[in-house]
Amino acid sequence: MYFESLGALWDMAGHGPYVWSSYGLFFALLCLNVWHARSQKLKALKQAKAFVRRNQ
Amino acid sequence: MIRFMLAIIRRDLLLVTRQPAEMINPLVFFLLVIAMFPLGISPEASLLSQTAAGVIWVAAMLATLLSLELLFKLDHDDGSLEQLLLAPYPSWSLVIAKVFVHWLVSGLPLILISPLIATMLFLPSEAVPTLMLSLLLGTPTLSLLGAIGAALVTGVRGGGMLLTLLILPLYVPVIIFGASSVAAAAQGMPVDGYMALLAAMFVFALMITPWAAGSALKL
Amino acid sequence: MTQSIWRMPRWFHQMGSPKWFYGFGGSLQPWFALAAFVLLTWGIVWGLAFAPADYQQGNSFRIMYVHVPAAILSQSVFLGMAVAGAVGLIWKMKVAFMVARSCIAIGATFTVIALLTGAIWGKPTWGAYWVWDARLTSTLVLLFLYAGVMALNQAIAERQIAGKATAILAIVGTINIPIIKYSVEWWNTLHQSSSFTLTAKPSMPADMYLPLLLTVLGSYCLFVLVVLMRTRTQILQTQSGTSWLMQHRDITGV
Repeated sequence: MYFESLGALWDMAGHGPYVWSSYGLFFALLCLNVWHARSQKLKALKQAKAFVRRNQ
Repeated sequence: MIRFMLAIIRRDLLLVTRQPAEMINPLVFFLLVIAMFPLGISPEASLLSQTAAGVIWVAAMLATLLSLELLFKLDHDDGSLEQLLLAPYPSWSLVIAKVFVHWLVSGLPLILISPLIATMLFLPSEAVPTLMLSLLLGTPTLSLLGAIGAALVTGVRGGGMLLTLLILPLYVPVIIFGASSVAAAAQGMPVDGYMALLAAMFVFALMITPWAAGSALKL
Repeated sequence: MTQSIWRMPRWFHQMGSPKWFYGFGGSLQPWFALAAFVLLTWGIVWGLAFAPADYQQGNSFRIMYVHVPAAILSQSVFLGMAVAGAVGLIWKMKVAFMVARSCIAIGATFTVIALLTGAIWGKPTWGAYWVWDARLTSTLVLLFLYAGVMALNQAIAERQIAGKATAILAIVGTINIPIIKYSVEWWNTLHQSSSFTLTAKPSMPADMYLPLLLTVLGSYCLFVLVVLMRTRTQILQTQSGTSWLMQHRDITGV
């Protein structure tokens, strides 16, 4: 590893807040998107099943 | 087809002149916005003259936007738009004709009054011909690009706000070059490059817009 | 049956069938999910912890590993959205419009990430969170374009018309993007105060460059995953009455 310790990895010679907040944003926003896509699909699946049941 | 377009132009002009308010509005709006800037910022000549180019262009853009919503709306609301689209002429000819009238009513008055505005904002007089020429090339482009937005939001509720949101990104290049050309002229620098670019943008808009707006109208 | 002037191979039209897309897309999904996870994790861990620090910028350059993929994707997705829209308009494919619609949210997200990480990166590098430089400004305009497409899509109630309208807007937007970028770059050089740009890419050694390649590829895989998911969702929403769906094992559980 480039850094001597995990502490140094966190601190990044003072640039820690910037780097970690950027990565955090990347991770959080993309996870949000995937999660949202997944929950929409599950909801649509549920509705489609209900529709089929009603019109059986 | 030319006769079709001329007929539409004549009809729209007639409609507009029956309601003079519609003709005056863009102009008054333009003047009001211009007046707001010194009121909001400062009446100092040095400050105003530096920002005059940008302020005039932004105001012109806003005035164009204001009147765009009505471009197709009135005809859509009373059903005549559908009839016009059914005519055996391509829809882009309809678009060009209506945009032309829109420009006559909103763009042309701005160009004519711009020397007066230049004085109010202390724009150096060397820049005035450039101002008028840039507006002459730019406002039709703004009208054309705006027509795409107007066509897309015809029949949509709350269309006015949406229209602005859709078109403003497209206006960015025109604003940049229009305002920069006037600022350059104010400093005594040559403006041929800017004019060429503005003219190119106008031609480009003239080529895509009628197609895009025509297809959007038929939706 | 098709009114376009180009003759397309059979598989092209097959892709436009909701039934085929739902099935094939479903089988592809887990692979793209896996690829996205592996590539992104590998790239990020490498870039964060193992790549050497930049001589000038120190450790803050590591933001590049998330900023650059986001910036690249924000533009590619818009282009992809326009292409899908164009395909829908020319060949009258419903699925194409659905694909285009699926691109909007993820594309806008990448644009926001690019903007925010760009601003955060700017602070240690230039001392300010926001500067009106060419890259950041044109990304901002791109965000406005996404917002416009999103708003138009939601404003029109009828799905078919909404699909066509957003396709037209996306196409017009895409044609304008190079013009906007050029004009903003030019405007920026006119008022340039600093000559440093975020995208000045000095030649990078491989162990700095490779993690970037990984994160970019991983982001593309993530994008495809999301588009597959969202398009299949739209198929579920609109094809409820069709026999193929009613008998599909996702519904019957068989």
